[in-house]
Amino acid sequence: MHLLDAADLGYGAAPVLRGVTLHVAVGERVVLLGRSGAGKSTLLAAVRQALLDQGRRVALVPQDHALVPQLSALRNVLMGRLDDHGAVYNLATLIRPRRADRDAAMTVLDQVGLCPEADRAVETLSGGQKQRVALARALYRGGDVLVGDEPLSAVDPAQADRLAGVIRDAFPTAILALHDVDLALGFATRLIGLKHGQVLLDGAPDIPRDLIEALYAR
Amino acid sequence: MRAERVSRLGIVAGFLAVAALCLPFADLQQAGHDPWAALGRMAAGFLRPDFGAVEQIFRAVALTIAFAVAGVAAGGLAGLLMAPFYRFRVVRWTCIALRSVHELFWALMLMQVTGMGVTTGVLAIALPYAGIFAKVLSEILDEADPRPSEWLGSRVDPLSRFLWARAPLARPEMVNYALYRLECGLRSSAVLGFIGLPTLGFQLDSFFKQGEYGAAGAIMAIYIALIALVRVWMRPRLVWLWLIAAIAMLSQVKAPPMGSGVLWRFLTHDIVPAPLRQGDPAGLWAWLSELTRDAILPGLFATMLVAQLALVLAGLIAFFAQSLIVPRVTGRAGAMLGHLVLVILRSFPEYMLAYLFLQVFGPSMLPAILALGLHNGAIIGHLLGRQAAGLALRPDAPSGLTLWGWEIVPRLFGQFVALCLYRWEIIIRESAILGILGIATLGFYLDDAIAELRLDRAVAILVATGLVTAGIDMLSRKLRARLGAGHLRTRLRRREGGTAAAAI
Repeated sequence: MHLLDAADLGYGAAPVLRGVTLHVAVGERVVLLGRSGAGKSTLLAAVRQALLDQGRRVALVPQDHALVPQLSALRNVLMGRLDDHGAVYNLATLIRPRRADRDAAMTVLDQVGLCPEADRAVETLSGGQKQRVALARALYRGGDVLVGDEPLSAVDPAQADRLAGVIRDAFPTAILALHDVDLALGFATRLIGLKHGQVLLDGAPDIPRDLIEALYAR
Repeated sequence: MRAERVSRLGIVAGFLAVAALCLPFADLQQAGHDPWAALGRMAAGFLRPDFGAVEQIFRAVALTIAFAVAGVAAGGLAGLLMAPFYRFRVVRWTCIALRSVHELFWALMLMQVTGMGVTTGVLAIALPYAGIFAKVLSEILDEADPRPSEWLGSRVDPLSRFLWARAPLARPEMVNYALYRLECGLRSSAVLGFIGLPTLGFQLDSFFKQGEYGAAGAIMAIYIALIALVRVWMRPRLVWLWLIAAIAMLSQVKAPPMGSGVLWRFLTHDIVPAPLRQGDPAGLWAWLSELTRDAILPGLFATMLVAQLALVLAGLIAFFAQSLIVPRVTGRAGAMLGHLVLVILRSFPEYMLAYLFLQVFGPSMLPAILALGLHNGAIIGHLLGRQAAGLALRPDAPSGLTLWGWEIVPRLFGQFVALCLYRWEIIIRESAILGILGIATLGFYLDDAIAELRLDRAVAILVATGLVTAGIDMLSRKLRARLGAGHLRTRLRRREGGTAAAAI
């Protein structure tokens, strides 16, 4: 997948990232590393747009979750497939989800360990639980690529490892920003390091550890 | 900074100067023989409310609630349906036209078509409220978190996007606003009684005419309780129950039937300017200039006199009342008392207060000015007081009058001016309405034209009233923008929920 070609990314006159070229092969699991403000979110947004422009089905886990707090966890998950159906079908789902849809959504909620919370409004859930709802919504959506901006930042390490496995099994290709280097090394088939508005390293996860740590140095 | 401050004081000085110029022209005569005796009788009635006429009172209360619930529900539903399309010019202008005509004026006009019945009462509330609801709900929807909708991408159909990712996010604030509107609806519904619908205003009027002050006091007491407790008895869960009860109650109301084809006659004959109707288009200019000379200009002059004086009075009251409810200024007991006074003054619609003052002082501009000044002053004072109570003060800040003068007044002065400007347009609209009570403002000439069945003149006066209020609204918005307070209402609403939207 040819995604970006010497693109300047960012808002307005001063781009956050300059001259980025990015190919991602189907089956790759790409992890973006870098300090906060290095441009990971900017790059992810551009990647998502490029994938959408190519007509691919993208599942997104945004950093701020973008959930509807007043709706239940189950309905937030069901939102993942609204564009597959027409307005009438979706209205019926909102009022009372069909058996099959509900079962499918519950399966996904089970994968992220939220079955008991399915019918609770998202605004009553904890930060970690909300993040898992956002992940479940992306899993329920499914698709060619998962684009995730810190999708596992608010869950405990053991759970993060397990959920990384769930993502690996559910999506052929994934592009994630992660701040936990160990989690990234266990998950990625390819690491991209960002610093000072540029791609500083790009390669397999056997990159020497001190090069990775240099990304976070001042 | 300094320039802005000067202009705030300049605005205040300007309004004070205009009011001083208005004063010699205002008719402030007391026509009543002995206002204090009348006031004494009234006070005695309120202090010893007489619930003896329980059947009549109950019916009036139930019908007041029924008209309010049905009118607000219909207006709210129509507004909700229009809100997503508010950015289209047709919808926006329809809504502006709907809400620029006051409930009472709607009722007076509707009576010509639908008679003195349920339809008139419900529509008189529902039509203007639909326009207001559409505007405010569209603002609430626009302000809701856009991110869930962005997540959905571009392929989702608009209805699903609205129902899944927009409406739920806006719902809490919409419910809050609807409750506030119901409070307004209860006021409107009660006031509609004064022009003949079977609600509290009608009952109050008849008790007053029979000199039964105790029974009138009972009605007032029930009315205040009804409005103060609206968030207790109206629960979102119970909406359907209240709606069914309202419809059941309204179906009991009997009204004389209207002839067939009234609406058509009204639209194609009654409201067409007389010269056109008589096939004399050349006479239109003479008709209009005569109408302007004899009704619109004198009415407008009186309306503006009343409004400017009332605005200054409201400002004065608010200026002092803003710290009435701050315990650090007036003490705990003082603050409770302040709350009570402000709640009572806020609960009563201007129209009802003016009616009461009219009984005391007789017909002049005085009752209208007092009513508008007290009611609006209490609203501004309440809003400012809530902000004053929330001010972050240093630990060694003074208390009492020193706090009022050195902290509260200077810190809230910008808000004070902005809120007064905001109420300006509302005060003008209301002083036009008070003409129905017999004060020579625009409403008086309108009522007169309707009584003479010259509906073409009534419509022309109505349009003039709407244009004036729209003009003042624009002027006030410009002044507020110059003060840097253009977004006052939105901010207030978000911080304080429904009550702050009292500014609307």
